[in-house]
Parts: sequence; C-alpha cells; structure tokens
Amino acid sequence: MSETRLKPFPCGSRLTPSPEPIVRIRGLHKSFDGHVVLERVSLDLQPGELLSVIGPSGCGKSTLLRCLNLLEVPDGGHIRIAGHAIDRSGVRWSRQDERLAHRLRAHVGMVFQGFNLFAHRTVLENVILAPMVARRTPRREAADAAMALLDKVGLAAVAHRYPATLSGGQQQRAAIARALAMAPSVMLYDEPTSALDPELAEEVLGVMRQLDEEGMTQIVVTHEMRFARAASDRIVFMDGGRIVEDAPPDQLFTAPADPRTRQFLRNVL
Amino acid sequence: MTRRVLSVLLLLFPLWAAQATELPALRWASDAQSGAPFVFHDPADQSRLTGFEYDIMQALAARMGRRPVFVQNDWDGLIPGLQRGLYDLVIDGIEITPEHRAVVAFSTPYYLTAERIAVRRGEAGLDTVDRLRGHVVGTLKDTTSMRLLEQAGGITLRTYEDETNAYSDLNNGRLDAVMLDAPIAQYYAVPDDRLKLVGAPIGSLAYGIALRQNDPVLLDAVNNGLEAMRRDGSLRRILQRWAMWTPQMAAAFDDPSTEAVPPTQWDHWLESTRPTATLGARLRRYAGFLPLIGRAALMTLAVSACAMVLAVVGGLVLALARRYGVPPLRWAATLYIEIVRGTPLLIQVLFIFYGLPSLGIRLDPFLAGVVALGLNYAAYEAENYRAGLQSVPHGQMEAAMALNLTQAQAVRHVLVPQAFRFVVPVMTNDFISLLKDSSLVSVITLSELTQAYIRLSTTYYDYLGTGLMIAAAYLLLGLPFVRLARIAERRLARSVSRRSV
Repeated sequence: MSETRLKPFPCGSRLTPSPEPIVRIRGLHKSFDGHVVLERVSLDLQPGELLSVIGPSGCGKSTLLRCLNLLEVPDGGHIRIAGHAIDRSGVRWSRQDERLAHRLRAHVGMVFQGFNLFAHRTVLENVILAPMVARRTPRREAADAAMALLDKVGLAAVAHRYPATLSGGQQQRAAIARALAMAPSVMLYDEPTSALDPELAEEVLGVMRQLDEEGMTQIVVTHEMRFARAASDRIVFMDGGRIVEDAPPDQLFTAPADPRTRQFLRNVL
Repeated sequence: MTRRVLSVLLLLFPLWAAQATELPALRWASDAQSGAPFVFHDPADQSRLTGFEYDIMQALAARMGRRPVFVQNDWDGLIPGLQRGLYDLVIDGIEITPEHRAVVAFSTPYYLTAERIAVRRGEAGLDTVDRLRGHVVGTLKDTTSMRLLEQAGGITLRTYEDETNAYSDLNNGRLDAVMLDAPIAQYYAVPDDRLKLVGAPIGSLAYGIALRQNDPVLLDAVNNGLEAMRRDGSLRRILQRWAMWTPQMAAAFDDPSTEAVPPTQWDHWLESTRPTATLGARLRRYAGFLPLIGRAALMTLAVSACAMVLAVVGGLVLALARRYGVPPLRWAATLYIEIVRGTPLLIQVLFIFYGLPSLGIRLDPFLAGVVALGLNYAAYEAENYRAGLQSVPHGQMEAAMALNLTQAQAVRHVLVPQAFRFVVPVMTNDFISLLKDSSLVSVITLSELTQAYIRLSTTYYDYLGTGLMIAAAYLLLGLPFVRLARIAERRLARSVSRRSV
C-alpha cells in the first residue's frame, strides 16, 4: 500500500440519490471511416455508482468514455448527464452543439491514461487553471481549494513542483485533483493506471476508492480486474462496440452469462 | 555644441523635427553619404555637414529669406522623395540632361565642369576616351561620363554607386582608369599619391538644383537667388574656398575677378583626410568614430527590437489564423506568408517606403523600417509558431477541453505558452538574423550601423578599419542574444528529457 493519506472531504456528488439516473445513454453510435466502433450503446448510471468498463482492446470502451464528454463527437444517439442533454442524428457538429457540449463538460471530470498534466505549470497551477479561466474564480480562493484537494490526494508537499519531476502515480493523482477542482458530478477515467507500476497504480486506485465512499459517480475504463471486482458497484463488459454484459461484479466474475465474457475473463485472469 | 545636439536629434527623430524660428522652412535634400565635395559629413567632425553645395544652400536660403532644413536621403531615393513631397528641392551634383528634365525642373546651373581621367601613377597613354579602348574603366552609373564611355565603344565598363569604390579598385588594379566629374577627381584622385589625373577635361556638364515641375514660384525664387549670388561674387567666393573656381566657370559666369580667396575648405579636406601615418593617430581617428557608431548601434537595436515585437505579435496572429481560423482567414494568412517569404526583403523595404505613399500611407523612415522588417519576419515567425503549436502533444488540448475550457481559452492558456517554450531558441536566432537584416533599412535613410559604415568608409577611404569596427558593433549587439538562445536551448532540453509518456 502507498503512503497516501486520504482524508474525508465534503465534496463528490452534490446530487442526492434519486430514481433519476445521473448519466443516461441511449443508442450511442460512432464509426471511424466506415468502421463501426460503438453500436447502439445504452447505459444508465445512478448517482454515487462506480462503474467499471472492461473488454478487449478495440472493443470501443475508450471511445464510449470519450463520447460522454464529447471529446469524440458521436454520430447518433442521446446523452444526458446531470440534466444536460445532447442529441445526435448524423448532422454536422454545429456551433450550437459545441455550446451545449461545453455546458455538459462542466459536470464531467476526466482522467487520462497519459496524465496530460500541463507541462509548463506547477502542480498547483495545473489545479487552479480551469477554475480561474473557465469559472473566473479569484486566485486566492482557487488556490485554497486546490491545496485542500492536493492534501486530500497526498500531494500538498509537491504542489509547487513541475509535473515532469513527479512519479507517474503522483502525476495521475495530480490529474485527479485537477479534475475535481471543477467540482464535477461524474468522473471519467480512461485506463488511469495502465502507464503505472502496480504499487504506483495502487496510490491512484486508493484515491478512487475514497471518492466512491464519498459518493462520487465514477466510470472507469480499466484492465485492473482486481480493482474492478473489489471496488465497482457494476461492471460492463464490451466487445465489438456493444455492451455484452452488465452485471454486479461478483455475478460477472463468477457466473458470466455470455460466452464472450467467459472467454475474455479466462484470458485475463 | 547646440548644433551637435541638434544634429543628434535630427538623426534620432523624424527628420523634419523643426528648429524653432520664424522664417519659413526651405526643405532641401541631398545624399551626405555620396561624398566630397558636394554635401558630406566633415571628416574632422562627423556630426557636421559641409560641402560646396551645402555652403551654396545656406547662402541661397538666406538670400531667399528662408530657413534651410536639410533632409538626408539616399542617392537613388532623392528624386522619388522630391516627387513624394518630402522636401522642396534637391542639390547633389545632378547633371542637367534631357532625361532628367523629363522628370524634374532645373534651376540655372550653379556649376559647370567636365570629366577627368585618373590612372595609376606609373601608367601612361590612357589620356583620352579613344585611348581607353580595350581597357577596363570605372565610373558612376547614370552619368555623362558613363554615356561618353559607352558611346566610344570597345571599353569594358564598370559602373559604381560610389566614387571611393571606383578609385580603390583603380588602386587595387581591378581598373585601368576611372573617368569622373572633375570635382570628384579633384577630391579623391588628386590627394591620393598613387593616382594622377591625365589628359584634358572631356565634354561638359552643368549641375542644377532639381525641383518639382509644378513649382514655378519656387523655381523663380531659386533662380533669382542664384543670379544675385553670381552678380555679387558670393557664389565665386564659395567655389574659391573649395578650390573649384576654374577658367571655365569664370568665362561662363562672366566674372573675371582676381580677388584672392584662400581655399580654406580644400585645405581642411586635405588636412583631415591625409592618410594617418602613425598608429596612434589612426587609433585616435577610430576613437573619434565611436560616438557615431554608438548612435548607429542604438538605432539598429531600436529598429530591430521594435520590428521583433511586431514580428512576434504578427507571427502569432498569422499562425493562429492558419491553424484555428475559418477557411477564408486561413487562406489569407497562407497567401500573406507565401508572398512575404517569396519576395526579397529589400524590395519590401523600398515598396513600403516609396510605394505606399501613392496609396496615401506615409511612414517616416524609422516606422517604415520597423514595419518592413516586422511584417517580413512575422511571416517567418508564423511558420515557427505553427511548428511549435504542432509540437505540443494533442493530449494537452484534450485535457484542457475536458476541464471545460473553450478552444480559445485552451489555446491561450495551454497551447501557446507551451509552444513558446519550443520556439524560443529559434526566435532568438531569428532576432540575430533580424539584427543583421536591419542593414537593409539603410536604403531608406535611417542612420543605423550599415549607413554609418558607408559614411565613414567613403569619407576616409578606409573600408578595412571602419569595417572591423562596424562588424564588432553588430557582434556586440548580437552576443547577448546568442547567449540567450543557448540558455533557452539548455532549459528546453532539460524539460523535454524529464517529460513523461
């Protein structure tokens, strides 16, 4: 286990649990150059859920995640996150669509496999940039909030260092703090530990577990089967651009319904 | 002293910064770089103008009840500047010829003279145009002398912009003879021990003051003034002081006076340009150049720095337009970059200074230099920045977008600052190139280092010593930026080597 000290903090989902799903996806469709990557994907998430998405390479799980905050523009389907809806029906992506997407992104945080910290800014500056630029939060206020977040992910001591001088685990935790600074309703993780050694990966997974305890809604695309099984409320298995199976972890791991799920689990476990 | 201060101001600020007097200004232009004895900088005191034409203009203006205001311009720009209305008249040994009459109006001649042949002291026989056949002969371009030599046929002609170059090539053996106007031959060939004048004066030419053709009132005033100066002998006395009063002039001006006027200006010229034998004297002379070179270096630095600011801002706008603009904007930026990179900087400089006034855009020399260099380098900087923007990993943009920044905010706060880190070393090198390219703005009358070199070297006939001094000045200006480029490169190397996945 790492030395990461996690402290409870009153953040996470600001929405009280309700029968209304916080994430609603209907018939999501995406293809690249005629090659279908997502095919009629539908999915609901309740507030506070931690959903793991697993599946073989190229199954569309990363694309699904990137469609959720419109980094990738879907060809068709419906997305609604925290009350902000986007409907796609194959027409050109317009200025109006980009405005809607911008509003939706305000509620979605994202963490990348390659961290993507801003190399020209210190850890603290990475965390306060978006609140200051997008929300016009005064620097003092943003910095105070950022230090609380960095303390929470165990990085208060390196707040004034540049990303390039940190370990991968530290960089990824900084990236999480940076995303949390925008107080998102949903956090998306795109293979957050794939670039990390196991013990560094554990630091990151620890932060995610704590966020789950605090009620954050999280979607994790991952290869960490142990984490997925232990921490998830639900697991989605994707293959060939479709959701093949959607079940609680124990059920999916012990009694997979679909032969493709069984095949995949045999290969990775 | 006041005079020195004034001329410094005139060098540094737009040339028409006027002295405060009640008399209406008579703005006259000449090229003080083109040498003795016309209008030139006193070799003994570089901040002082002198020359027989300078003296004539002072006397003429006084007689016309006007205040003379000198405007420096390059020889090639003198007539275009007159047409542009930068000044009212030009005096610079301009020959009254039918070709010249087609574009300007001339006063009555203020000096009549002829061509003289100069050869190396040991030579013999090359004393007429006919005898020059089969030889290499130097002269100035677009002069009567050039036409005479061309008409003779069989002469290998070399035309120069500057008489000192012609005489020094004669000394070096590149030429067999030089044929030039008698006053030039007198001031450059006669004092040179290695050269001599041979044969009789050839042809005849008349110098006149050039005015705009639509300015008959001023033309009358100038002619009346010259006529009065001829009648009372003041024109003769000026020419006598310059040792230029000849029997030809006495006959033409109908002035047989035998009044003895000592050739003080001629003596001063001989005194101040005599080759300095001792090293100490030579070093003292070089030390005397330092204030001029210092001012010129400041001007070079000022033009280059202002141009670089313009280039950086313009380059960034162009690069962003090319990468993120709507299609018409993208095409416009691309077109601009291709045009600017595909045409010579010198042409752009001349176009902006002399061409734009036809469209109603008049820039003073400093501004024109800054604009020309800045717009030119903006095109090159734009390409640097484009490459810099491309070198920022795509994930940076995605992360910024995911953090709810708009594209514009992401470009401004994430992409541009990182792109700058990549391009700083290249930019520093560009600035050093710009320092050197700023030498081209010497053609639009800006007193920067290259113009100082031309002025000093033609005055003292010394291209080596002054050349080394000017080169040293350029090097000293560039050195801090060379160091800056090294530091930037080292820092960049460090941050890249520590960059993760």
